[in-house]
Amino acid sequence: MSDIHTSHDGASHGSYKSYFIGLIISIVLTLIAFGVVMTGGFSVPVMMVTVVVTAIAQVLVQLVLFMHLNTKAEGGWNFIAIVFTVGILGLIIGGSLWIMHNIHVNMMLN
Amino acid sequence: MFGKLSLDSIPYHEPIIMVTATVIGIVGALVVGLITYYRKWGYLWRDWITSIDHKKIGIMYFLVALVMLVRGFADAIMMRTQQAIAAGGAEGYLPPHHYDQIFTAHGVIMIFFVAMPMVIGLMNLVVPLQIGARDVAFPFMNNVSFWLFAAGVILVNVSLVIGEFAKTGWLAYAPLSELKYSPDVGVDYWIWSLQISGIGTTLTGINFFVTILKMRTKGMSLFRMPIFTWTALCTNVLIILSFPILTATIALLTLDRYLGMHFFTNDMGGSQMMYVNLIWAWGHPEVYILILPAFGVFSEVISTFTKKRLFGYKTMVWATVAITFLSFIVWLHHFFTMGAGANVNAFFGITTMIIAIPTGVKIFNWLFTMYRGRLEFTAPVLWTIGFIITFTLGGMTGVMLAVPGANFVLHNSLFVIAHFHNVIIGGVVFGMMAGFTYWFPKAFGFTLSEKWGKRSFWCWLVGFYLAFMPLYALSFFGAMRRMQSYEQTEWQPLMIVAWFGAVVIAMGIACIVIQLVVSIRDREKNRDVTGDPWDARTLEWSTSSPPPNYNFAHLPTVHSIDSYWEMKQQPGGFKRELSTHFEDVHMPKNTNEGPILGLFSLIFGFALVWHIWWLVAVGAIGMFVTFMVRIHNDDVDYHIPAAEVEKTEREYHKRLEMQA
Repeated sequence: MSDIHTSHDGASHGSYKSYFIGLIISIVLTLIAFGVVMTGGFSVPVMMVTVVVTAIAQVLVQLVLFMHLNTKAEGGWNFIAIVFTVGILGLIIGGSLWIMHNIHVNMMLN
Repeated sequence: MFGKLSLDSIPYHEPIIMVTATVIGIVGALVVGLITYYRKWGYLWRDWITSIDHKKIGIMYFLVALVMLVRGFADAIMMRTQQAIAAGGAEGYLPPHHYDQIFTAHGVIMIFFVAMPMVIGLMNLVVPLQIGARDVAFPFMNNVSFWLFAAGVILVNVSLVIGEFAKTGWLAYAPLSELKYSPDVGVDYWIWSLQISGIGTTLTGINFFVTILKMRTKGMSLFRMPIFTWTALCTNVLIILSFPILTATIALLTLDRYLGMHFFTNDMGGSQMMYVNLIWAWGHPEVYILILPAFGVFSEVISTFTKKRLFGYKTMVWATVAITFLSFIVWLHHFFTMGAGANVNAFFGITTMIIAIPTGVKIFNWLFTMYRGRLEFTAPVLWTIGFIITFTLGGMTGVMLAVPGANFVLHNSLFVIAHFHNVIIGGVVFGMMAGFTYWFPKAFGFTLSEKWGKRSFWCWLVGFYLAFMPLYALSFFGAMRRMQSYEQTEWQPLMIVAWFGAVVIAMGIACIVIQLVVSIRDREKNRDVTGDPWDARTLEWSTSSPPPNYNFAHLPTVHSIDSYWEMKQQPGGFKRELSTHFEDVHMPKNTNEGPILGLFSLIFGFALVWHIWWLVAVGAIGMFVTFMVRIHNDDVDYHIPAAEVEKTEREYHKRLEMQA
């Protein structure tokens, strides 16, 4: 049943301030990632690490400041969900890196 | 003006397509004509198209799935016919470019537009009723999901007549699906039909995940949920986590094809292997998205018709959860031969074999439930027993494929085809047919013809073995998948047996249609007034059939697993007594925005396929404006007055008394 005025046990709706801070941080992170690549003055490993780190930071900022993720909301369900998701993400990303690296070495690419 | 679209895009020179299109046109015109003649457009719009009632949305999903089953099967029998003819230099009747479209369309349609909507349709119909809820968590989103899915279905069917479909196989492996090797619109149709319906699926996953976690009735803790709801929960977890991978992968392929990027191309640093890796990171969870709810159906059916609580409820739940988790760490077994080393292959081979353990636990749970039960051999039970035998076989060939060494021999051979049809027909199709027969009376208030249901089962079972056992044998002679023709005339007899098997399956599908027609004709005779035709165990059977739009006049309270059965076991039994006190019921209103959003998404997708940029803008702006209208509309809910609830309930009780 749709109840547009559902009570949210423990979930905060955030404040003007938290959204504003989130927006600013998101923009800064995006600019850093773009900047590192566009200037072209950095080595490939530096670019890759910067892009990955800013991307992860971006996800965290959005989850916490825009989607109000915390360990208490919804009786802890939110937190369990995020732990599980992070676990699966780790498996898929880690697994993919492992597989692709293995293939790379085995097939003597480059 | 019309991008790549011109009159030449319609394949006039293909008699098969033109005849099919004509038949579809005539049938379509007939349906439209009849609806107009009986002035049913208003009814259709008000009561179905704009409906947010989960039961009606479920019925619409299943109806579309059955229609698409016929379309997908038409592709199947065309392929079998081609392979039965095209031996030893014979070319058959399908040229390669047409044959390739057919095997692609068959796979895409059967997975995305038959199996998925059957699973989602059953979830829609059953889950809210099983957990004692009045609707899903986000009813509007549910309607949107359906219409996005419908847009995908329409797009895939449009490709039959306007332009062509992909010739790449159902997963459109890069670089074959890149612009360089597939310059036509086929892959674009594939992209946009999957992308649009995939968004709908993701929304459904979120919707039902929240529904199951947040909307269970009083007393229904997680470990009191019916098994079907448990499997639905796990399936939705899989949808939420895996469908974004599909969406992102297709989006990258789209960037390659539309904006000249190089994610998966041969040159400029593209990696085709990454495409294969990503598509299977979604693809493997996808098969469990399909099979878990089927496992749920079998659990409900077996426990209902043996009149016993399911053996090992907790082990069944944990086996489901284990499969959910394990399904994310096996995806490499789809590409053992791509070039990874022995340690990678060994890891994924072993994880794959481990999945057989929780699956085995489930099989034994069903067997032990039947053991010393009073098993009634109804049609749903036949489907279940057929499943247990067939799926076990398919599981074993799966474990064979999981051995990397064996896989190097069997990869891309007919063995793979036989294996996954073994588990998808024997598992998902049998499960969905069991669920269809089992819950049909809940949706419509009368039971389906047992006679025709059983006939359908036997045709499907025999047809399946005739059609696919020869393929196992052929694979050992070296027969590969997706062959338009082959040299070896000694393969032909087995190919003809397989063709005959497909014909028997066709009879099984015909039996389903006859079953529907006969049952609707005899509906007064098969009427189920109580709402509980099977003497079943879970909450959905405690309300009337079909349930009123608010499902339960009073939300039930649950004290144990199989709570409705427990209510019936109380001293004096369960009485459907008319309550003396009714309250207003808070319900969501129907929505025009859902179907309109779906329509604009269809325009958007079609325009992108043909590069008609102004129409792309129309579709995009249309979707955005519709969405804005919706979120600024606060008039989305209403209250059914207590008096009306009372009236509905009184009528139900009058029917009950008349029957008594």
